[in-house]
Amino acid sequence: MEGLTLSDAEQKYYSDLFSYCDIESTKKVVVNGRVLELFRAAQLPNDVVLQIMELCGATRLGYFGRSQFYIALKLVAVAQSGFPLRVESINTVKDLPLPRFVASKNEQESRHAASYSSDSENQGSYSGVIPPPPGRGQVKKGSVSHDTVQPRTSADAQEPASPVVSPQQSPPTSPHTWRKHSRHPSGGNSERPLAGPGPFWSPFGEAQSGSSAGDAVWSGHSPPPPQENWDQTTVRTVASATTAIEIRRQSSSYDDPWKITDEQRQYYVNQFKTIQPDLNGFIPGSAAKEFFTKSKLPILELSHIWELSDFDKDGALTLDEFCAAFHLVVARKNGYDLPEKLPESLMPKLIDLEDSADVGDQPGEVGYSGSPAEAPPSKSPSMPSLNQTWPELNQSSEDTAIVHPVPIRMTPSKIHMQEMELKRTGSDHTNPTSPLLVKPSDLSEENKINSSVKFASGNTVADGYSSSDSFTSDPEQIGSNVTRQRSHSGTSPDNTAPPPPPPRPQPSHSRSSSLDMNRTFTVTTGQQQAGVVAHPPAVPPRPQPSQAPGPAVHRPVDADGLITHTSTSPQQIPEQPNFADFSQFEVFAASNVNEEQDDEAEKHPEVLPAEKASDPASSLRVAKTDSKTEEKTAASAPANVSKGTTPLAPPPKPVRRRLKSEDELRPEVDEHTQKTGVLAAVLASQPSIPRSVGKDKKAIQASIRRNKETNTVLARLNSELQQQLKDVLEERISLEVQLEQLRPFSHL
Amino acid sequence: MAVCIAVIAKENYPLYIRSTPTENKLKFHYMVHTSLDVVDEKISAMGKALVDQRELYLGLLYPTEDYKVYLSGQGVCQGGPTVARCTLGSDNLKPLRRKKKEMFRKLHNSYTDVMCNPFYNPGDRIQSSRAFDNMVTSMMIQVC
Repeated sequence: MEGLTLSDAEQKYYSDLFSYCDIESTKKVVVNGRVLELFRAAQLPNDVVLQIMELCGATRLGYFGRSQFYIALKLVAVAQSGFPLRVESINTVKDLPLPRFVASKNEQESRHAASYSSDSENQGSYSGVIPPPPGRGQVKKGSVSHDTVQPRTSADAQEPASPVVSPQQSPPTSPHTWRKHSRHPSGGNSERPLAGPGPFWSPFGEAQSGSSAGDAVWSGHSPPPPQENWDQTTVRTVASATTAIEIRRQSSSYDDPWKITDEQRQYYVNQFKTIQPDLNGFIPGSAAKEFFTKSKLPILELSHIWELSDFDKDGALTLDEFCAAFHLVVARKNGYDLPEKLPESLMPKLIDLEDSADVGDQPGEVGYSGSPAEAPPSKSPSMPSLNQTWPELNQSSEDTAIVHPVPIRMTPSKIHMQEMELKRTGSDHTNPTSPLLVKPSDLSEENKINSSVKFASGNTVADGYSSSDSFTSDPEQIGSNVTRQRSHSGTSPDNTAPPPPPPRPQPSHSRSSSLDMNRTFTVTTGQQQAGVVAHPPAVPPRPQPSQAPGPAVHRPVDADGLITHTSTSPQQIPEQPNFADFSQFEVFAASNVNEEQDDEAEKHPEVLPAEKASDPASSLRVAKTDSKTEEKTAASAPANVSKGTTPLAPPPKPVRRRLKSEDELRPEVDEHTQKTGVLAAVLASQPSIPRSVGKDKKAIQASIRRNKETNTVLARLNSELQQQLKDVLEERISLEVQLEQLRPFSHL
Repeated sequence: MAVCIAVIAKENYPLYIRSTPTENKLKFHYMVHTSLDVVDEKISAMGKALVDQRELYLGLLYPTEDYKVYLSGQGVCQGGPTVARCTLGSDNLKPLRRKKKEMFRKLHNSYTDVMCNPFYNPGDRIQSSRAFDNMVTSMMIQVC
């Protein structure tokens, strides 16, 4: 291969990459796997990669020696710059930017690429943003860094735009200054980061430049010991506080670039105290503006930071918001691009339910946009301390536990959260989410919440949460929970919950949750199954959500049907064996029944609404709370009587049969009791079954629909009555007028 | 369905104006400006009693038909520095009044968010708020 001339930056960069790939520490041969990974990260098409490998001679040799590796890297840079891949191009292309690799692992390289290609002195000062303090002879660097900042930030910190122009400031100067600086802080060691905002900012600038210089040294030559010393000592002083924060942040950002370390947090809190002694209070916007303006970030960016961090949009910053804003400012000063959305770890801790969307977003985004922090992990196997800090820091985030995107969006203020908390059944905020995570019924929960959000008005959020909470937390009391939840949700003033419980067993069977089936089987003979079979009828409303009256009608009916099904054991007994044997069959039967029931339900929408309007609360409530739905069945019997006659019977049959079979049940009292017991057991087991939750959701939806219908009916009634009232009043007025007209005459 | 969205300051200069690139921007700007007259007229007619935003939603200002663009300008005026927000809705989709109101409510909320930002000086052009931009984009691309 022809001689390969590399610039200093390239030399360093390539050697670092080589050491990265050289996991076997042979210093000569690089593992193919790593290299391929690297090339993949370069985002080049496969054939180009192959071409590169061939050109550099690796395919010939079968391995990547150092020279091959370097050549390959150079070719990658060539390819990325759009030049044709040719052996000669290695040396002929002038001012070639460093190859860019964009995989997560290789972001360090990319960062380094950018940083290397940038002002050589700015190596590692991925940002170069920080204006160096005047007295450091780095003024020029500062100005250059400003220039580099703009293209960097815009180009995602990947483009070595102006950097190549780097002023010829000798790299040695930065290490020197850095060393000076590091020695300095190690002596200082006294000031706590409680300095006022004014003095804070100048040391802030100092610290930044020091850190950037330090980074340069660190990335360039990476003398680990001084780095670590510097790392530790700088924590103590104001000047070094921010640098320490920076380093800590870098180290912690391997997995989450936006995590706030404890030191950082403490520092932010202290700063908050200087403006607002009450930690639970707010910092008004003007004070915050003044404070952050001192950071010398452009107003545009400060405005954006404010937008991100003022979570409740009240024009003031709480402690959490302030920390987030501060963190963003620090990040920005170090060259991180501002995210579009607030990163998960910066969200005010009050809202722990709505950050899942950001989880995947932020790390990737920020990492991509240039997280110099990631350089350390890969670049410095000699910095185990930093590596070790990551897992601890990661664990500190409690938000990562929440993966489930809860769709409910509400004002993220303390007050609301407290309200929600009160509404919950004594569980804290994380309960809804953790059970959600635990249960496979997450999706159904979410859907249920969604539906309740959609249907309910006003306190939907709380309702959704409380409903999910109730569902997940207390299986045994599903019935009561559902009623409670219903009362919570503003949708059903009357606890129309009877329907839900019955349907539950059904889904369990379809899911072939052997537990339930075993239980049902073991507890009694056929009654449970009858009860279970009865459940399928309850399922129907779902397939035809459009039929609002239909499903709504069904719900009470279903409840009845459920009980009646259980009571009509004779009929279902024959099915039970089938049911027992084939859960699938049962599902089909259920769906069939459901469809039938739906059809029948459609026939009597007018009947049931009327009935419901007349007797919604009492009947439903009764049915819901206990198995003695006789009244209910009696009430709905008339409506149901006319219904179909399938064996699995839509409610009418079961209802009638129930009335009749009440007598029949006398001899089968034990069955009845067993049924109820089974029902309870089934109900108890419901929650554990994912499908049951969906059933509940459906039940809730249906009940919500029913309630809405009731509402509309009542509203109509109301309006009519109002109209009548008006008419009557008018008549009265006219009569009075007449009276008045007549009276004077009489007085005469 | 909004073809152009503009936020006008009290002094009759636009704090924010954006239109779909397909159409003639200048024409839209002109329409927005002329609709300000209608806004003023309506405000003066309504009197000073109305400070509530709901009542400040002036609704359809002036319908014109031009080419296929059915222009509907709706203004919302705030107490204090009067800011009129006009959107020009486009054609076939006769937008529901409710939807329009929602749109304006969203717009108004975003505007108040921008105002809350202490780094925003009233009277500046609204160029810094990405949230505002995103909201406007969503409104404009809504029913394309």
